[in-house]
Amino acid sequence: MRKIMYREALREAMTEEMKKDDNLFMIGYDVGKYGGEHGISGNMFDLFGDARVKNAPISEQAIVGCAIGASITGCRSIAEIPFGDFLPMCMDMIVNQAAKFHYTFSGQMNVPMVILTAMGGYIRAAEQHSQCLEAWFMHVPGLKTVIPSTPYDAKGMMKTAINDPNPVMFIEHKKLLPMKGNVPEEEYTIPFGVADIKKEGNDVTLITISYVVHLALKVAEELEKEGISVEVVDLRSLYPLDKETVLNSVKKTGRVVIAHEAYVTGGVGAEIAAIIADEAFGYLDSPIKRVGAKWAPIPFPSVLEDYVLPGTDDIKKAVNEVLE
Amino acid sequence: MHSLKEFDKNIVLGLYETILKIRLFEETQSRVFKAGEQEGFTHLYLGAEAVAAGVCSNLNKDDFITSTHRGHGHMIAKGGDLKKMMAELYGRSTGTCQGRSGSLHIADRSIGVLGANGIVGDGNPIAVGAGYSIKLRKTKQVAVSFFGDGATNQGTFHESVNMAASFDLPVIFVIENNQLSCGVPTGTVCKVLENLGDRAAAYGIPGENIDGTDVLEVYTVTKKAVERARSGEGPTLINCKITRHHGHFEGDIDIRTKEEVEKDLKIDPVDKIETRMLEVNMITKDGIKSYREKTQKMIDEAVDFARESPVPKPEEAMKYVYA
Repeated sequence: MRKIMYREALREAMTEEMKKDDNLFMIGYDVGKYGGEHGISGNMFDLFGDARVKNAPISEQAIVGCAIGASITGCRSIAEIPFGDFLPMCMDMIVNQAAKFHYTFSGQMNVPMVILTAMGGYIRAAEQHSQCLEAWFMHVPGLKTVIPSTPYDAKGMMKTAINDPNPVMFIEHKKLLPMKGNVPEEEYTIPFGVADIKKEGNDVTLITISYVVHLALKVAEELEKEGISVEVVDLRSLYPLDKETVLNSVKKTGRVVIAHEAYVTGGVGAEIAAIIADEAFGYLDSPIKRVGAKWAPIPFPSVLEDYVLPGTDDIKKAVNEVLE
Repeated sequence: MHSLKEFDKNIVLGLYETILKIRLFEETQSRVFKAGEQEGFTHLYLGAEAVAAGVCSNLNKDDFITSTHRGHGHMIAKGGDLKKMMAELYGRSTGTCQGRSGSLHIADRSIGVLGANGIVGDGNPIAVGAGYSIKLRKTKQVAVSFFGDGATNQGTFHESVNMAASFDLPVIFVIENNQLSCGVPTGTVCKVLENLGDRAAAYGIPGENIDGTDVLEVYTVTKKAVERARSGEGPTLINCKITRHHGHFEGDIDIRTKEEVEKDLKIDPVDKIETRMLEVNMITKDGIKSYREKTQKMIDEAVDFARESPVPKPEEAMKYVYA
């Protein structure tokens, strides 16, 4: 099977869907000839032209509002807000408008819009270009939030996102964009609300998302040599959430570590832990452990950033703790 | 000011009917709300009637509008069903949004009303999106965004007008300038309040400053802007000067003095159009009486319909979260 980059997988998904629908367009600053701040749109401007791969001014509320307004009047849209850290600039449009249109107007209008954004650090981009804010969006009824970790997952889920009649927060990670992975030539989709067991195991359930999936797999490989069998569960989709896969894994292993890059406090791991404690309490052989960033903004230099953000050592330590 | 004789009689009467419908609907709403027949809050369009009537008479059913927290007038002028509107205000299942959203979110997609909005200024980016959609789909539709003077100080205003201007979108931005931002006289937080239409120059589009209580002026200026938009020439900003007759919401403490309120009440678009029609014998006093009775009857039927309509079941709160 051919290997392509995560960013290329996204581009393929968007290109395939845009070829099928003249009223589907992409908007954001730098998406045009420049090819996108993360090189995602690439050659799409050459393929589809200005009206459908639209360079916007630096106006996040207008960009998202434009996508919303177009999506309720006969079009569909992909709005790129390249850094998750810029989402606070348009939270109002996302939360007060997009998420609420279908509900407030009782089904009269729906918003088939995708917001494409890159979160995460480990790239020395400092405090305002490194945050993981997925928990904010998981908390809004009316939004769907997905966070694929591989090119294969990214392509399949982007196609699903574009065809979903609801507003979808599609969260990539900057370190994942150049990562290569197997992606079939034929078209395929991956539904939301389906987690993926990236590695099967019997001793510990390690639940994770986004870039940390790859740190988790590294840890699992190392621990395998020590005779510890770790099951790595990649949630892929925060809302809708695949509770069944999570709970089945917990019932099998009895021990849980939840690892993500975002802060432990109020992170999505807290929600997962609460669900497990509620619905699989009798199966637990030890308390649930969470791994995440330490409680500080993400600093610039590697020595400080790597202290704040979780690493393979932190994950390994947590796995060993639940095994005690 | 245009002479009435410049206009087709049917246009003038049509505008008057709409103004009257809005006025009597809102006065009725004020009464039933005060009597405790509805929950929550309501923001009345009294004083602004000529803007909605004058603008919307230039629009087709498939043109789009975005509205504000003070949105009943826009909905009525765009052709909203009075019974379904009143039922919505009463929170009944027969309402425009099945009673689930009330006064603040009155909407009817089938007639292009993309929703009254509870966030000041948020109609602007959405109207820009409607304009973008029109241009992409290559139709001759237009989108109108209604908003207040207060909203022109929101970031969304600047972003939206700039984007619509830059992309030459068929959007008409209509300011309902009553010089009040809820409890703040807007003139104390804005240096260009009187001629807000001049802000258009900053974005490279035409701007107008007009008497928003003269329905024929609103009609004429909007007609030009709509034609400009339909022909692909881009957006226009129209500053309509009006006064707010009631408080920001029904039951609030008005920031104005008693004298200031009385002064504002005297600037009345209904009085203006009736006086002018009488002056040129386009209507008689009996004719006015007849229009008023006919219109009030329609509204009273809407209130009866609302009062008799069922309340939604509690579990219905879980419907429509996702499409």
